[in-house]
Amino acid sequence: MPGEMDADQARTMALEAYADTILPGEKRWPGDRAVAGVSQGGGAVASGALEVLRSAEGGMAPALDALADALNEHARQYAAEAGIELDHDVPPFVSLDYPNRVRLVQRLTGRTHPEREAWISVAMFSTIAFDAAAHTHTVEALAAGHPGLTTIGFRPPDSDGLWRFDSYSYGRQLARPHPHTTPSGSPA
Amino acid sequence: MTSSESTDVLVVGSGFGGAIAAYHLAAGGARVVVLERGPWLNGEDFQHDFNFGASSTRIFDFVIGDGMSVLSGNCVGGGSVVYFAAMPRAPRFVFERTGGLGRRMWPAAISRESLEPWYDRVAEALPVTRQTWDTVPFAGGLFGAVCDHAGRTANPVPVALDQARCTNCNWMMSGCRFDAKRSLLLNYLPAALSYGAQIRPLHEVQHLSRTEDGGYRVHYSVLDDVDYRVQVDSGTIDAKLVVLAAGAGATPVILQRSEPTLGPMPNAVGRYFSGNGERLNTAIFDEDRIRDVLGLSRPDGVPYQAYQIGKGPCVASWDRLDGSLPEYERFSLEQLYFPPGFGTILAQVPDTVGPTWFGAEKKEILRSWQSWLTIFTMSEDDNEGVFGPPPETGNAIRLSQQMLGRGPLRYDPTENTRRGWALSDAEVRDILERDGLSRVMPWTNDVVGAYTVHPLASCRIGDDPRTSALDDRHELRDHPGIFVTDGSAVPGALTVNPAMTIAALAERAVPGIVRAARERGVDVTYGAPAPDGGTSSRDAVLPLVSGLLGR
Ligand SMILES: Cc1cc2nc3c(=O)[nH]c(=O)nc-3n(C[C@H](O)[C@H](O)[C@H](O)COP(=O)(O)OP(=O)(O)OC[C@H]3O[C@@H](n4cnc5c(N)ncnc54)[C@H](O)[C@@H]3O)c2cc1C
Repeated sequence: MPGEMDADQARTMALEAYADTILPGEKRWPGDRAVAGVSQGGGAVASGALEVLRSAEGGMAPALDALADALNEHARQYAAEAGIELDHDVPPFVSLDYPNRVRLVQRLTGRTHPEREAWISVAMFSTIAFDAAAHTHTVEALAAGHPGLTTIGFRPPDSDGLWRFDSYSYGRQLARPHPHTTPSGSPA
Repeated sequence: MTSSESTDVLVVGSGFGGAIAAYHLAAGGARVVVLERGPWLNGEDFQHDFNFGASSTRIFDFVIGDGMSVLSGNCVGGGSVVYFAAMPRAPRFVFERTGGLGRRMWPAAISRESLEPWYDRVAEALPVTRQTWDTVPFAGGLFGAVCDHAGRTANPVPVALDQARCTNCNWMMSGCRFDAKRSLLLNYLPAALSYGAQIRPLHEVQHLSRTEDGGYRVHYSVLDDVDYRVQVDSGTIDAKLVVLAAGAGATPVILQRSEPTLGPMPNAVGRYFSGNGERLNTAIFDEDRIRDVLGLSRPDGVPYQAYQIGKGPCVASWDRLDGSLPEYERFSLEQLYFPPGFGTILAQVPDTVGPTWFGAEKKEILRSWQSWLTIFTMSEDDNEGVFGPPPETGNAIRLSQQMLGRGPLRYDPTENTRRGWALSDAEVRDILERDGLSRVMPWTNDVVGAYTVHPLASCRIGDDPRTSALDDRHELRDHPGIFVTDGSAVPGALTVNPAMTIAALAERAVPGIVRAARERGVDVTYGAPAPDGGTSSRDAVLPLVSGLLGR
């Protein structure tokens, strides 16, 4: 019941559910409600979306409470329009199933929505949590099995924490050059 | 106001336009101060790290506008520190473009021919060299092979890169840790310092005003070195001559903000912005088809899976750089790498009825990220970008401590621009989807609008005062003693990577700036060699400028 749930907790769950809509993951524990559980392996939430959103560096932190509240309000309206009955044990956005979360996110980030810039920012921060782990050092994130970097198959560095690829080229000519190439190697 | 510091020449920004002017003027004997809004990093300061606050965010600028987002450098060395170092010269037809004006966009004095000696100066200075296939990374090789398979040609592009030092780490956008990328930190800037030029990092110029002696007062803020939203100090410097080179996303904003003190700006200040017709497509390859159709395999037997390996764009296809094709239908295609984050969010899922840039299917395509190949289109756009009223400081309202801001640029692509993009999308698809090799989708423009790493033309040179802010010597019309030498001076899209042309134009502008400085009482001469002392390209241009310099 949101009345019983701490307001902060409700906001966190709503933002987690938003991040999980952007790049979904598997449920973190049985009965995880924020994460819809529509994808194998960790998604944006397990990758640190909330840490990225809340970081002082990112600049989103001061706006998050208002955004989470607005998200729940949009979900309430959306549910009313669509005739969806909300489960009052969880915040309204969390109560939506994954396809409905997707539809609402499409609406919020659509070309004409007045709040689109804010919702796109939340989506961008969720994305960079997943595939860049912007809240931690990349070397440490990889060593700790960061879900996003692992999913994309980001290769690990050398033992000094720097990347070098000794094998990098097919080593042969694979196309004919343009016939008008100039002596400097530029187009004519 | 307390007394202002003074110098002969004040340079705003330390990218190509700023560094080249600063070097030649200092070497010629002028007192030069360079103000740069970003921090000053070198070699080991450049980190392999996507963490907020690492070099990747400290030295980078990402400004979201209305319909156009601009990515650029934010550090001493400017774009040369974050860029990919592909340095082709612009094709001949580019200089003949009319761009909807009904007349040639470029000044009559400039053609590929007449710019050639200035290109040579840049090539000697950085230096820029030809690449060979044996140093082309897997991604470039794959692009070459698919072009060949589709009956197209493909070239290794000329680069400002020391291949012997390069580790193919693909961290170029965070600055080169190994000094393999020949950024301005390794040539023009140290040479300028050796002649006494001063470079002041974290100094953001806000506006200019006039001094009583016909010079200019430059007003700056000093920014906190971690949180760029915070100003820790401010000041002014008086100069006899100002060179503006803050980049095409920032130079017009400084001039707009200076209107109350300098008077009206030429009509073309903050108009005619071009994003170099940029467009990206991502192909997701089928590894088996790479082996079966193209016969490619790495030494370890894997066909490709090497998106992460390399050094940015290495191979380009120039078949559509054909001057006989109609304007707006010419473009080049270049294989490219963008790191995760920037390089993933706008990529779209092929064949879906659901959302294209986020969601469960988006996550699925990220699983094959190592089999991606990104193709970069540089086409002819319509100079349709216009800057709205300037923000209070800088060129954007800064949202994050570093990197991310919201700026006043508006860009609504015209039919011409869209046609070029559509033709290039079709061409990319035709080349890369053959025989089931890959599935291709363009990046979406629905999230942050179009995007560019090549901002151009927002304060351009030309012969027509209505449609150009600068004369063909790069002097701001109606404001003598202010010169603009950065990408904003380029008249329009170039169909290839622009830095070589920006730099060549800056080299070409220097003798005229030297002359103007002399007329303003500065004791300065023209004729410095390349930063490493090389003289062949200098000796080739001296006869061309002897008239201008009255020798
Ligand atoms: C990721 C990336 C890859 C690229 N790859 C290539 C490539 O391979 N080939 C190519 O040709 N081009 C490439 N480019 C583009 C290239 O970097 C630019 O075209 C080039 O740097 C522009 O030079 P410039 O002199 O106009 O401005 P810049 O190099 O952008 O320099 C402007 C400088 O001014 C500073 N500045 C801005 N505002 C102020 C202010 N108010 N006060 C003081 N200083 C200020 C900025 O911090 C910056 O250092 C790339 C760009 C990016 C972002």
